[in-house]
Amino acid sequence: MRKNRLLITLFAFMLLILSACGNSDTKTNAAPKEKKAAEKPAPTEMILATTTSTQDSGLLDVIIPMFEKENNVKVKTIAVGTGQALEMGTKGEADALLVHAPAAEKAVVDAGDAINYKRVMYNDFVLVGPKENPADVSGQDIKAAFKKIADTKGVFISRGDDSGTHKKELSIWQADTIKPEGEWYVSTGQGMGQTLQVAAEKKGYVLTDRATWLAQEKNLNTLKIVVEGGQDLMNIYHVMQVNPEKHNMVNSKDAEKFVKFMVDKKTQEVIENFGKKEYGQSLFISYTE
Amino acid sequence: MELLIDGLKKAIEMIFTGNPEVFAITWLTLKVCLIAILISTLIGLPLGILLGLSRFRGRRFLLLFINMGMGLPPVVAGLWITMFLWRSGPLGEWRLLYSPTAIVMAQVLVSLPIVTSLTSSAFQQINEKMLLQIKALGATRLQTLMILVKQSKIAIVAAIMAGFGRVIAEVGAAMMVGGNIQGDTRILTTTIVMEVSKGNFDIALALSFILLSLALMITAALTFLQQRRRFS
Repeated sequence: MRKNRLLITLFAFMLLILSACGNSDTKTNAAPKEKKAAEKPAPTEMILATTTSTQDSGLLDVIIPMFEKENNVKVKTIAVGTGQALEMGTKGEADALLVHAPAAEKAVVDAGDAINYKRVMYNDFVLVGPKENPADVSGQDIKAAFKKIADTKGVFISRGDDSGTHKKELSIWQADTIKPEGEWYVSTGQGMGQTLQVAAEKKGYVLTDRATWLAQEKNLNTLKIVVEGGQDLMNIYHVMQVNPEKHNMVNSKDAEKFVKFMVDKKTQEVIENFGKKEYGQSLFISYTE
Repeated sequence: MELLIDGLKKAIEMIFTGNPEVFAITWLTLKVCLIAILISTLIGLPLGILLGLSRFRGRRFLLLFINMGMGLPPVVAGLWITMFLWRSGPLGEWRLLYSPTAIVMAQVLVSLPIVTSLTSSAFQQINEKMLLQIKALGATRLQTLMILVKQSKIAIVAAIMAGFGRVIAEVGAAMMVGGNIQGDTRILTTTIVMEVSKGNFDIALALSFILLSLALMITAALTFLQQRRRFS
C-alpha cells in the first residue's frame, strides 16, 4: 500500500508537469495552423540584429509591430552592441542590421557581406559627467573635453564592448592622440544603461547617446550633460540587409522589405515623433538620403 | 528601502491587474523551466542510478566529467549551444537559435549534471548489506530497484530541486541562445536584466518578486513530496 501511494504521488506530479508541457506543445503547434486555415499563411521569420540604444529607448517596440503587421513577418530582434551586430551580419546569422558605427559598417559593406545600405536617422552623443564637474569641461568641443579629462585624470567610464558608442569614444581619443590608460579609465564591458549607472556611482564622465540618457536621467541624479552639440558628436544610424549571395540561408525577401520600410516616409514620421510626448524632444531625427 | 516596497507594490499590481505581457513571460518561464527539469530528470535519474549502483570501466572517468559539469558556467553552455545552432553551425538547418527550444537545451545542459551527480551520490551510499538482504529475500531486479528508489527518495527529490534551482536562476545562457525576444523568448530572468539596463528598477524588482514566488511554489511542491511521512 505504502509503495503504491508514493508511486501515485510521483505519477501525479509527473502528469502535472507533462500536462504543463503538453499544453505548450499544442499551443505552439496549433497557433500557426489556425492562422493557416483561417486567414493568412504563417508569418516568415526575420532576424534583425541591432543596437541596445534602439531597444532600450523603446523605439523598436513602436516600429517593429508596424512592420510585422504590414508584411506578415515575425521579426526576431537581437539587441546587442554594434560590433556584435555587424559580426552577426558577416557570419550570415542575421538578415537585416540597424546599427550606428559608419566606419565599421563601411568595412562590412565593402567586404560584400551587406548590401542595400541606407541612412535612416540620427541623434547625438553627449558627454555626461558628475554635477561637480571636477575636470571643468563644458561647451561643444568634445576633443578638448576629452583631453582635459585625461590631463586631470578625471574618472572616465568607457563601454569597452565594441559597441557603436565605444567605437565613437575610441575615435575621439585617437583624434586627440591620447591612449586612455590608467586607474582613471574604467572599462565596464556592459550596455549603455549599466555603464551610466556605473558612472553615477563612481562619479565619472561617460559618453552616451542622447536617447539612452533621456530615458535614464531620472535614475542618475549625480550626473548632468557637460558637453553637447558639436559636429563630432553626431550619431548616425544605417540599415542594411545581409547579402544573400554570400550567405545562402538569409531571408533576403523580408530583409529587403525592412530596409525599404525603414526609409519609408510613413516610418520616418513615426521615428520623428517618437519620444516627443515623454521627453519634449525627438529621440531620433529623420535623416534619409 | 523605498524602492523595495515600491517593487513589491508593483509586483502585486502586475499580478492582480493581469498584465498580459508579464503573464506571458511568467508562463513561458514556468514552461521552459519545467520542461528542462523534466528532461534532466528523465535522463539524469536513470543515469545517476546506473552510475551509483553498477561498476564498469570508465565509470570514474564519466563521474569526473559529470561532477565537473555541475560547475559548468551557463554562459559557456550558452556559447556552445549558440555555435551549434548558428545557421553556419552543424545544426543550423534546424533554425532553433533564438527560440524557446534553444533555452530548454541550454538549461538541460546545465541542470543534467547536477541531477545525475547528486542521484549517483545517493545510490553510492546505499548499504551493501541491505542490498544483500533484499536479494536474499528473493526480490527481482525491478523490485530491488523500486525499494532502493524509495529509500533514496529524499536525496532524489533534493537532486531534482537543486537542478530546478539552477534552471530557474539561469540567465546568461537564456540571454545568449534565446535573445530576449519580446513575446517569444523573453523569460523572467532575462527581462529583469533588460529592465535593469533600461533603468526601470521598480519593474525589475517587481519581476524578481514574481520569480521568487514561482520558485517558492515549485520548491514547496517538491519539498512536500520529499517530506511526506515515509511510514504511514
